Amino acid sequence: MSDITADVAMTELADGLSEATEVVKGAFEIDRSKAVRFGGLLALALVFISLVGMPVGMDGRQILYWINPDVYVNHPDGQGLSLGYVALFLWPLLLGWAVGSEVVLEGMAATKRGAHDLVTGLVVGVIGGLGVSVLTMLLAWDREINPENGVPAYGMRDPLVNWNEDLYILLTFNRGWTFALWAWPLLAGLLAMFGAGLRLMSDPIRKAIVAALLAIVAVSIFQFLVDDLLGGLGETIADPGRLSNFFGDDPDAGRPNVDSVFDGLLDFVYAKTGGLRLQGVIFVGVVAAGLSLLGSYVTRGRVKAARQAYLDRPVAERTTSSAIGMVVIALALIILPFFTGKIVNELLANVGIFLLLALGLNIVVGLAGILDLGYVAFFAVGGYTTAVLTSAGRGESWPSWVPLFVTDDGEAVVGGWIIALVLVMIFAALTGLLIGAPVIRMRGDYLAIVTLGFGEIIRLLFLSDWLKGYFGGAQGITNIEGADFGFLGTVTGVNPRSVFYLVLFFSAIAIYVSWRLERSRLGRAWMAIREDESVAEAMGINTVNMKLMAFVVGAVLASFSGAIFSAKVGSIFPTSFLILVSIIILVVVIVGGMGNIMGVIAGSLVLIGVLGGPKQPGLLQEFSEYKLLIYGALLIWMMLKRPEGLVPNARRSRELHQEEFLQDAWLKGEVDTGDDEGEEGDAVATEVAPA
Amino acid sequence: MSTAEATKPILEFRNINTHYGAVHILKDVNLAIYPGELVCLLGGNASGKSTTLKTLLGMVTPTSGEVVLDGEVVNDKPTSYRVERGVTMVPENRRLFKRLSVLENLQLGAYLRNDKDGIANDLERIYTMFPRVKERMHQKSGTLSGGEQQMVAMGRALMASPRVLLMDEPSMGLAPALVQTNFELIQQIHEEGIAIFMVEQNANMALSIADRGWVLQTGKVVLDDSADSLLANPDLRKSYLGEA
Ligand SMILES: Nc1ncnc2c1ncn2[C@@H]1O[C@H](COP(=O)(O)OP(=O)(O)OP(=O)(O)O)[C@@H](O)[C@H]1O
Ligand SMILES: [Mg+2]
Repeated sequence: MSDITADVAMTELADGLSEATEVVKGAFEIDRSKAVRFGGLLALALVFISLVGMPVGMDGRQILYWINPDVYVNHPDGQGLSLGYVALFLWPLLLGWAVGSEVVLEGMAATKRGAHDLVTGLVVGVIGGLGVSVLTMLLAWDREINPENGVPAYGMRDPLVNWNEDLYILLTFNRGWTFALWAWPLLAGLLAMFGAGLRLMSDPIRKAIVAALLAIVAVSIFQFLVDDLLGGLGETIADPGRLSNFFGDDPDAGRPNVDSVFDGLLDFVYAKTGGLRLQGVIFVGVVAAGLSLLGSYVTRGRVKAARQAYLDRPVAERTTSSAIGMVVIALALIILPFFTGKIVNELLANVGIFLLLALGLNIVVGLAGILDLGYVAFFAVGGYTTAVLTSAGRGESWPSWVPLFVTDDGEAVVGGWIIALVLVMIFAALTGLLIGAPVIRMRGDYLAIVTLGFGEIIRLLFLSDWLKGYFGGAQGITNIEGADFGFLGTVTGVNPRSVFYLVLFFSAIAIYVSWRLERSRLGRAWMAIREDESVAEAMGINTVNMKLMAFVVGAVLASFSGAIFSAKVGSIFPTSFLILVSIIILVVVIVGGMGNIMGVIAGSLVLIGVLGGPKQPGLLQEFSEYKLLIYGALLIWMMLKRPEGLVPNARRSRELHQEEFLQDAWLKGEVDTGDDEGEEGDAVATEVAPA
Repeated sequence: MSTAEATKPILEFRNINTHYGAVHILKDVNLAIYPGELVCLLGGNASGKSTTLKTLLGMVTPTSGEVVLDGEVVNDKPTSYRVERGVTMVPENRRLFKRLSVLENLQLGAYLRNDKDGIANDLERIYTMFPRVKERMHQKSGTLSGGEQQMVAMGRALMASPRVLLMDEPSMGLAPALVQTNFELIQQIHEEGIAIFMVEQNANMALSIADRGWVLQTGKVVLDDSADSLLANPDLRKSYLGEA
């Protein structure tokens, strides 16, 4: 009896053991070359980011504190986590996640996920971390061999600007390089393992974790925005009376010193010196994860189904519901500045100025397919024309018949800006014609290069000594008056809220016009030209005139933006109109999804609002130095992964990812790839029968 | 072609010469297309067939000679002028506006028309002719199958309410099963009274439905005859129908 039980036990044990060895063996059956490749990539990325100066630059911004949150002590004592470290820690996580992705080839089953994914992640992270260790060692070596008067000299600082003590301290966690030597591989390894591990979790859990992490980072880096919004809202709730004195020229009217009802919450979450407290981290994380779980379990894909149902509805119905949506959004935007402070309003005003530009360029590039790289020229024309008409400080050489809408005591004339705007419009249209007429016959890249040149020519004209008497050369034009709308108030830079409203008004018009155009005969003609110029011509479309028209419409929208910009900043210089502006607007349009209005809005909010414009700081001021780096990286990533833009139009994205869709469908057995040809022929034959 | 009206050609080439830069493509070409007839232009690769169509439609300007539309010399008139007066082209390889919907493609066919009711009628007519096109109305035309694209290309041309349809190799790139259907379709359109000027390499098939034909060789018209005699012509049989 007992023998048999023992036997059974033995076999079971043996089975169990062999199973365990299988698992362990399986865990180490990793794709070595892939792990090494990703590890190398991670190492390069970390070293690059370090040397670019990002971690040190962003170190001043605390994401969270876990010790003594009310005293500001910078990171060397390791009291918290700064944005600088986040900029480094992010990559092992991302690459750990990415290394688990697989290209599923036709007809091949995906390999099973399992422990080997974790090991791969670990390997990737360790290799990446070793990269940083090596960098730290080099720093330490240069630091030790080369001290001048006991001060580390960092001999390699000449080519590498950020090769310095700050970087050394940051990378060693201020604990010496021997610590960094093992800490980085360990840390990066664990992070990458965690990233890889995310793939092994069930969907709702993973979503919850990602939501919690994102929420923590977002709430922390957008502290300023949250503070401002909740503060304003709370103040209004505490003292609703303040809304009554809202329309006025004083930007701070209506923001009396009332305590916001949310002050308690804000103090609970944030440390006084910036960053989340530990309790705040837990609070935000739990709330976000909870909401995400709730979303997964309660809605169970109902949101997705609703979206699909919406997309399946006839276009006419969709138009009404999206019109209602638009009205709601517009109302929300109108009351938003009631609750926000000066700086957020300033930010929104900048977003609006660039949105207006992007909407115009979207017509030119997105609809008509004319790659205009000199778009900034029209922004400049708008800005300068407004300046000339509304600034007493304009050049001396202007003859007296050129109107100047400024009173004798140097005040803006009521309605003067509006009249100036009409002239701006005419002038911008003329410039558009002038530049457009000779170049519009060219196609594609030639046109892009020529417009690029014209953009520069216009700027150089404004800068030139030759026209200094008119445009002030490098000194530009100062003392530009705001836009005085009489009893509605004056729009000036000191009152960003008013600028925001002005921009909102014009953006609304531009959005409406773009939206109508897309569905009009004119818009169709533009799209036809974009798709195939010679066939468009064969349809009887006068391609040259139509393209010129798109160019001019774009120019006029850009000039509006320039006019507002002029009134807002009060003084303009040629340096406000660098080629960079053209490029950034183009990036906004591309990132948003060319030819897609919602996408352009999203693109402006994300790129200009969060990262900042060419000269305007965004919400993440720490990023402004790396703005172009991030723009470039984003552009590359978008082109590779989401060519349809941030807010894809459903059909467009289906078309761009058609291969994948088909492959998926094929794998699921939904598509019969048998010979369609014959069937199709038959179908045509029957359908073609005389009607 | 019994009425007196029918004896006047809609479109005519009188001693047309066309150059691309210094390269002489069309050499003293004479053609005439009469209302309601189905004619075809045959010729080998690079003989200038597409150039003939482009010159007829005004996308290329001839260096000498006259393009005559309804008795008027239209050399200087833009493409739109000719499209407005009923000359429409189905381009080589269909060339739909791929990222636009089927409906948008059809609407673009009627780009120069202002009669709303007429356009709506024609749209309905095309939908009854091709029920499949109606089903796919909101689909991007680039995602259609080859056969469906052919229907849309025809539909787009018909939306211009043409008197003459210029077709550049309508059977090119179509599956063999579709070629036959396509020719039937062309005949059907022809029966509605629309004149058709068809450029083809598939000489046998084209001549079997055509009334008359021309053969173009390196830019010169070398044969100009009724379809039947062209089919019987031994020279043509040798060079274009692949017979020894
Ligand atoms: N835009 C252009 N510029 C210069 N040469 C051209 C142009 N278009 C056509 N050609 C030349 O003109 C000649 C005739 O071209 P065309 O397209 O009319 O030939 P085709 O008879 O239609 O030939 P296929 O049967 O191959 O379509 C060719 O040698 C071609 O290379
Ligand atoms: Mg051809």
